[in-house]
Amino acid sequence: MKKGTLKQILLITDGCSNKGEDPEVTAALAKQQGITVNVIGILDDDQTEDPEGLQEVEDIALSGGGISQLVYKQALAQTVQTVTKQAMTQTLQGFVNQELKQILGPDQSLEEIEPEKRGEIMEVVEDMGETCDLEVLVLTDTSASMHDKLPTVKEALIDLSISLNARIGRNRFSIFNFPGKRKDIEKVLDWSPKLDSISSIFPKLTSGGITPTGPAIREAMYQFGKKGLLRNLRDEDEPGMEEAGY
Amino acid sequence: MNQAWKKQGINIKPGTVITGKWHQRRYVIKRKLGNGAVGTVYLCEHNGKYAALKISENNTSMTVEVNVLKSLQKAQASRLGPSLLDVDDWEISRNMTYSFYVMEYLQGDSLGHFISRNGHEWVGIFMLQLLEDLEYLHQSGWVFGDFKSENLIVLSQPPKIRWIDVGGTTQIGRAIKEYTEFYDRGYWGMGSRRAEPGYDLFALVMVFLHIYYPKRFEKGPNPKATLLKKLHDARPLRLYREPLKKALLGKYQSAADMRNELLNTINRAGITGRSGKPSNRSGSGKAPLAEGSGIALVALFYYLFSLLLP
Repeated sequence: MKKGTLKQILLITDGCSNKGEDPEVTAALAKQQGITVNVIGILDDDQTEDPEGLQEVEDIALSGGGISQLVYKQALAQTVQTVTKQAMTQTLQGFVNQELKQILGPDQSLEEIEPEKRGEIMEVVEDMGETCDLEVLVLTDTSASMHDKLPTVKEALIDLSISLNARIGRNRFSIFNFPGKRKDIEKVLDWSPKLDSISSIFPKLTSGGITPTGPAIREAMYQFGKKGLLRNLRDEDEPGMEEAGY
Repeated sequence: MNQAWKKQGINIKPGTVITGKWHQRRYVIKRKLGNGAVGTVYLCEHNGKYAALKISENNTSMTVEVNVLKSLQKAQASRLGPSLLDVDDWEISRNMTYSFYVMEYLQGDSLGHFISRNGHEWVGIFMLQLLEDLEYLHQSGWVFGDFKSENLIVLSQPPKIRWIDVGGTTQIGRAIKEYTEFYDRGYWGMGSRRAEPGYDLFALVMVFLHIYYPKRFEKGPNPKATLLKKLHDARPLRLYREPLKKALLGKYQSAADMRNELLNTINRAGITGRSGKPSNRSGSGKAPLAEGSGIALVALFYYLFSLLLP
């Protein structure tokens, strides 16, 4: 099996989109191109756990094939890393389930297999999760209401990098904010293996009330195909690494 | 791990009978024992015997946990965690299936409660016991990962500390599977989240700090300084301070190294304690002697004085 790269967009927001395309549509489009969209909705301290208007958080993740979670900012760090890892497992398990269906027939999935054998399959999924390469594009909503949450977001992202860099597989992170000054999204950090460099450059605040989540996801999607990424990966690659299999 | 998931804990009424889809064994639910990061644990009865049953709708995480328990048993390290009795699914309806596994029921006291009732002198003993088990686990190629007070239980007669939840157990060299911030050296900026012996040793110190700071504490602007200050301020831990400090700073290569140093520290303290006691006793022995000679002196004085009398 060739070692694959998982691609994820991690959207961190605290509210509803109000400009441009429907984010559910762009998330579905991303999914079609093999990019999972995870969404974390940050709650204000006075908000209940089931606030109105944040239904969108779940809907975007569902159509983007990812995981969503609403949290108060205190729990953000741990949530960011569990959501990312869970989404990886979910994606990999999806691959494995597909393979199983091809081998065993359309009605087979992990649940239909007796617990003993399930264990062996999950070991494979775990191995893949540990060793596969991962690209995470963090898309942070920096509209005015997010202002006081950004320091926590920054900490959570550094923490995410600690978690993921403990894996055997390689990681690439990039960070984009939306809305950007002129464009829909604005680059904060180009693809790089670690996030500890963000302390000085984060956040670059944009004020204003618009939240163009849909267009932001679309733009984010394009960043995975950008030359910078390819060059980065090639530079870091030891010869023959890309062909290395299991 | 966070509220939203705990909320999803499965509620099963006492008296409910759970029958496994694959092995057809019947378990009668007695009461809820607790919630884990994944799943809910119930006390249940099977063939007249008590057992602990962990159930969750997340069958992948459950499968991963079962894999760990099995590996531990294969490595003959079963005494490290509860032994695994059964793995099965509970089919509630056509499209609702929960995964569960059944393990040995360990009944005991929480660490903090035991210490407060039976005295701080047990602290050192439990540290040694835990380090012995950790060494064994590490030798088998695993790291405990989510090492925290809630995952430990003290059995009585004889008092022995045991692990009850091995969900975070990770193969050495991989990324820690599950952790709790307070016990996680990554959170404190004191090291990576890669599974290695030092990761568990850090968490072990936090378990014992937690006894003396039941509400835990914030990391503050300088996490390292905070940790060392809190360790310094925990008076009952002062005997073990040096080894604990070294573990926080990641100075030990193995649990055995830490255990040896800890054992030496305790023995040394024991010797000074014992040599202190006899000297005390001889001190208290001196007092009657002084008293006796005092009386003799007074008697002599009166005797001599009586000689002077006409």
